[in-house]
Amino acid sequence: MKDLTPAPAAAIEGWYTLDDDAPALLGSRCNKCGTYFFPKQFTYCRNPGCDSTEFTEVRLSRKGKLWSYTNACYQPPEPFVAPEPFEPYAIAAVHLEEEQMVILGQVADSLTVDALTVGMPMELVLDVLHPDPEGDKIIWKWRPTGGAA
Amino acid sequence: MSQNDIAIIGAGMTAWGKWGKNFAEYGVAAAREALADAGIPWQDIRFVSGGATVRCGYPGYVAGATIAQALGWQGAEVNTSYAACASGSQALAAARAKILAGHCEVALVVGADTTPKGFLAPAKGYRPEDPDWVRFYLGITNPTYFALYARRRMDLYGDTQDDFAAVKVKNAAIGSQNPRARYTKTFSAEDVANSAMVADPLRLMDICATSDGGAALIVSSLDYAKRIGKGDAPRVAAISTVTPSFASGTVEMPDIATDSAAAAGIDAINYRSQIPLKAYEEASLGPEDIDLAEVYDLSTALELDWIEDLKLCERGAAAQLLRAGDTSVGGKIPVNASGGLACFGEAVPAQALAQVCELTWQLRGEAGPRQVEGAKVGITANQGLFGHGSSVIVKR
Repeated sequence: MKDLTPAPAAAIEGWYTLDDDAPALLGSRCNKCGTYFFPKQFTYCRNPGCDSTEFTEVRLSRKGKLWSYTNACYQPPEPFVAPEPFEPYAIAAVHLEEEQMVILGQVADSLTVDALTVGMPMELVLDVLHPDPEGDKIIWKWRPTGGAA
Repeated sequence: MSQNDIAIIGAGMTAWGKWGKNFAEYGVAAAREALADAGIPWQDIRFVSGGATVRCGYPGYVAGATIAQALGWQGAEVNTSYAACASGSQALAAARAKILAGHCEVALVVGADTTPKGFLAPAKGYRPEDPDWVRFYLGITNPTYFALYARRRMDLYGDTQDDFAAVKVKNAAIGSQNPRARYTKTFSAEDVANSAMVADPLRLMDICATSDGGAALIVSSLDYAKRIGKGDAPRVAAISTVTPSFASGTVEMPDIATDSAAAAGIDAINYRSQIPLKAYEEASLGPEDIDLAEVYDLSTALELDWIEDLKLCERGAAAQLLRAGDTSVGGKIPVNASGGLACFGEAVPAQALAQVCELTWQLRGEAGPRQVEGAKVGITANQGLFGHGSSVIVKR
């Protein structure tokens, strides 16, 4: 029998790759000064010393260090799609060394703040943000490299 | 630098609350109190500088004119400023520029807001080009950002949730003495610890509410102040409304990423710590001259960040000041002698002016049970969305 389950799809298209092995956020980089942008930026460079209009899409580093973390104990308003009943989830801010920037995301594997410490190594994974009749919506999440501490 | 000073000859402020009235009512009440305090008639005001509210339709976008009309058109020039939480300071800066340029002698600066109940949610639809939409889609709310900053304090400096609770206990105790505060109950550390967790490590009582309220100042040239017998009125010695410098290294509401500091020769910068630098320079004063500070305690932990950003102590040492009682009224450097946002809640376009009102009363020795003895110099600090922030120094 043919599997009629709809295929998962990116929750926000074009913001990250969908390969299972080494997914990465898709940012852009200024061709002139080397500044990275996430979300992608292709029209103007926000470095005040640079007037470039040329950018290249780049895969951002998949690994970084935990800058800080928290969780959400209350259900956020829409457009957040909440499960019934609402389940708290953790949020991580991860510093990428090469790009010298911090990027937020949910924490994977239902890990809680108890599993996290500022400075710990983190990596990017793909996970379900929320189910959808047309297929699960996939998003990037952070998790401690090699699992929880 | 006193040739760049202006006088604060009147201050007025409503009580903060949640009544859902027309914002102009709060603005008018605050303005009338400030005019009475200054002892001058409304018709003498030649410039009205309002802080805008974005939650009250067109009248809110032109708040200066809306409140001027409500007070009765009398031909004054009018301005409206929007700069998120710094709106009041930007309106004050507009009045100062007008006065120092010799274009008017006396101005009304006013901000007022009425706030909806519940979460502030983004516009509907699927809109990934809007960072505010994206962060809510990912489940990142305002308290998320406050909690990220608070957790860093715990992991890097050894602050504890008990320290954060102690900020609330301190501000509630002094705010209970402030007749204009919305929340006047005192709380114990146990009360805070028993309140619901919102965004670990912050509990409900660590996070400020949104409120209705209005605040107003009457400001003038020093000559004008002397002529009406208020030559010794507190003065605005500095206003900083600087924007961030690239590359900002702190992830700020509503963004999901910081700037990248990867381009050669750039170090990431903490915006909050940049805001008071221009104020200190403009006033030719330093942190050692400050007698009290009114800072934007959107969360209890953020009050500790601000104390360090204002350079009132070394980075990471604010909790030690708190534990020693130094930031309480009667301590070495009282912080939020008004009770702060913890006791008021946030009424965005009024809040930066409310901070200056408190400094004005303190420097006039009129703060009653909240009085910081011998206060001569005070500083305010706040930060809002999209690169807006401000710091004002008032001296007498």
